[in-house]
Amino acid sequence: MRHQLPPELHKAHQEIREIARGYGLNTFDIIFELVDYDEINEVAALGGYPTRYPHWRFGMEYDYLNKSYTYGLQKIYELVINNDPCYAYLQKGNPVVDQKLVMAHVYGHCDFFKNNMWFSQTNRKMLDEMANHATRIREFQDRLGVEVVENFIDQCLSIDNLIDQYSVFKTATNTQKPSLLLEERESETPTSAGRFQSKDYLENFVNPRSYIDEQEKKIKEGQDKLRRFPLKPERDVLAFLINFAPLEGWQQEILSIVREEAYYFAPQAATKIMNEGWASYWHSTIMTQHVLKDSEVIDYADHHSGTVSSRPGQLNPYKMGIELFRDIEERWNKGKFGKEYDECEDAGVKEKWDKQVGLGRQKIFEVRRLHNDVTFLDSFLNEEFCVQQKLFTYGFNRRTGQYEIVDRDWRKVKNQLLFSLSNFGQPIILVEDGNFQNRGELLLVHQHEGLDLEFDKATETIKNIFSLWGRPVHLMTKYNSQAKLLSYDGKEIHEKDA
Amino acid sequence: MITGIKRDHQRFKQIVKGKIKQNLKKYMTQGEIIGRQGKDYVRIPVHQIDLPHFRFGQRQSGGVGSGDGQPGTSLGQEGEQNGQKAGSSEGEHTLDVEVTLQELAEMLAQELELPRIQPKGQGSLSSQKNKYTGIHNVGPNSLRHLKRTYREALKRQIISGLYDPKNPVIVPIKRDFRFRTWKNIQKPQNNALIVYMMDVSGSMGDEQKEIVRTESFWIDTWIRSNYKDIDIRYIIHDAAAREVDENTFYHTRESGGTLISSAYKLCLDLISKEYPIDEWNIYVFHFSDGDNWSAEDTKLCVDLLKADLVPKCNLFCYGQVESRYGSGQFIKDLMENFQEEGRLVTSKIENKEAIYRSLKEFLGKGK
Repeated sequence: MRHQLPPELHKAHQEIREIARGYGLNTFDIIFELVDYDEINEVAALGGYPTRYPHWRFGMEYDYLNKSYTYGLQKIYELVINNDPCYAYLQKGNPVVDQKLVMAHVYGHCDFFKNNMWFSQTNRKMLDEMANHATRIREFQDRLGVEVVENFIDQCLSIDNLIDQYSVFKTATNTQKPSLLLEERESETPTSAGRFQSKDYLENFVNPRSYIDEQEKKIKEGQDKLRRFPLKPERDVLAFLINFAPLEGWQQEILSIVREEAYYFAPQAATKIMNEGWASYWHSTIMTQHVLKDSEVIDYADHHSGTVSSRPGQLNPYKMGIELFRDIEERWNKGKFGKEYDECEDAGVKEKWDKQVGLGRQKIFEVRRLHNDVTFLDSFLNEEFCVQQKLFTYGFNRRTGQYEIVDRDWRKVKNQLLFSLSNFGQPIILVEDGNFQNRGELLLVHQHEGLDLEFDKATETIKNIFSLWGRPVHLMTKYNSQAKLLSYDGKEIHEKDA
Repeated sequence: MITGIKRDHQRFKQIVKGKIKQNLKKYMTQGEIIGRQGKDYVRIPVHQIDLPHFRFGQRQSGGVGSGDGQPGTSLGQEGEQNGQKAGSSEGEHTLDVEVTLQELAEMLAQELELPRIQPKGQGSLSSQKNKYTGIHNVGPNSLRHLKRTYREALKRQIISGLYDPKNPVIVPIKRDFRFRTWKNIQKPQNNALIVYMMDVSGSMGDEQKEIVRTESFWIDTWIRSNYKDIDIRYIIHDAAAREVDENTFYHTRESGGTLISSAYKLCLDLISKEYPIDEWNIYVFHFSDGDNWSAEDTKLCVDLLKADLVPKCNLFCYGQVESRYGSGQFIKDLMENFQEEGRLVTSKIENKEAIYRSLKEFLGKGK
């Protein structure tokens, strides 16, 4: 897919590249492709990669995008992939000012991909890797039949959120077969309680019965712990299954592919607000201070406000991100940070605070390197920002059947935000026991943090895990504050209070 | 360029059609796909297929938004609010899937295990078609067959020793020329006539009409897929019968008594005037709540059916839609009188769920 940019856009690209470099944005080489709407829908349906493994869900996405475009419901402006070189797509027929805006925006994204530490372990040759995955899976399909492979992929995708979302630095799993460990460790640990030497008649005083019992109990507990499998609850359920589920070679490989892609996409989900905020910050800076011509101002303003607009009651990551970056820049420019500022209790003084330290730019570059959405909001979202952005929490009112504004207290807003972002809004599921009831059954535990799982989906997912694990699968969770054990034995779902 | 997505798209469509097939029974009784009809296809709404995940239930989870308003201010109904989550994750959308009537008929046939219809009077009506199949040595220049002509000329030159391999020039003369010719192909053509009759007397309510509408949609789909040309006529009756168009048929409500014979007379009249029975496959469907005015009229109906109407038809179907008011006597009378007659089928349709069974009764005969 090589489409040369027309001279006008080529020139604009060069101009924007120089400006971006001048600001210190450090990107991979960026290759812009000019494609028509159908091509952009195709690529978008495949998640940005021209070659993916065959699967119907891409077709579904394509169907949806195509119809949305045809009926004018939505339109893709920007599509950029984290790869070296970085590929980005421009849609043919968009006005030149839009194309420029997208280019500037893409420079922001690419800088973020390259420099944010959460992306540091991602595969920068993912374009090729995805194509390799496609080839492998196509081979399996040729050998085993489309439906067999597709059904298996469906099962894998059904649990592709059960990875250790925050361990982006962990590439290979460190789960080991416990049997090896068990023998090693057992030889090191005492098997019976140590006794002091004593004469017979002193035995009961030197080695009192109760003490010996206690010691033996401790040793037994220690051994039981060693026998646990996995040793510690395992958050990377996919890795656990790859290692220990009775899968065939091709199945293992497909599950690994699904896992690898899940890990690849994880940092993008973890930095959505920051990434979009950063890119928006830079497109607005580059456009308004350099590139924009007089005749383009209106169109630019229209497009930009469309990007950062939020309907009442909605939170737009672009808006949130750009505003927070700007806020940080201003605070660090004026020196509104540190002990002295924090301890100042005069709101008037705080309001007018300006030490003219001018550290803003430097600070936001640092922030874009070190943070993800959770730490970003946790560190920088404060009361002033909350009020200024009119943030509130909302909830569902069962009585009226409507969503309502609940509170405007900034601490609650922040808590709610952080909560919804933790683990990307995904439930935390751990492998607790791979030999549950000593029958080779799988026990998963849902770390319940206030929200119940959707019951229907959960049972369907358990069924899928059952087909991977091959033995009964259990899930410990809570419904309406009541601990429940959901079990599937291949025939039906059992539900009992635990 | 990218071929992958097209294949994925095809595969997706296949899967969706599989879903429709699985749920055909549901679609058959709900009638929601009627009215979403194009010329050759119907649009069927299918819920987006998704892969199950462990995920949080929607309701409990509140969220953070921005904008004006006091605590307690409503943000709208559940459905509208979907947007909040949709900002970052994909929302749920319904897909409209286009299925051709032919495909739908095939699904129907498989679901109900319908036999193919054996049209009567096969070949009695034929259409002519020209097909270019042969070669002739005379003909118009426009049909000249260059290759054959060349071959003939080559043959002749070799035989007569005029052919020089070093200078292979072939010059055809008049008798070398070959021309394409055509044959008249007689194709048997089967036409079908469907006559729908419905009782619109006061006792037939909206619910009953809805059932008739759904049922007739599927009957249409099936018969259409079996014949090339189809005429559909509609007759409504209370004490008197008249022919109407489709819209009127489904939306008329009269009050007054019921003389079923009036409809049968009109139907008979229509058939004998316009549709010679050796050229048309005739299907008659009559829906009523089974409440006829008098026993005499029922007698008249039975006579009409026995003597004239049933012998003319491939199939005469009587569907009795249960209603609160009807006595439902008529179906019993018919069953009594036509036990032996394979071309007359009766079926009781108590409610929407019964549409499925009744379709099978009507169409399961393969006539």
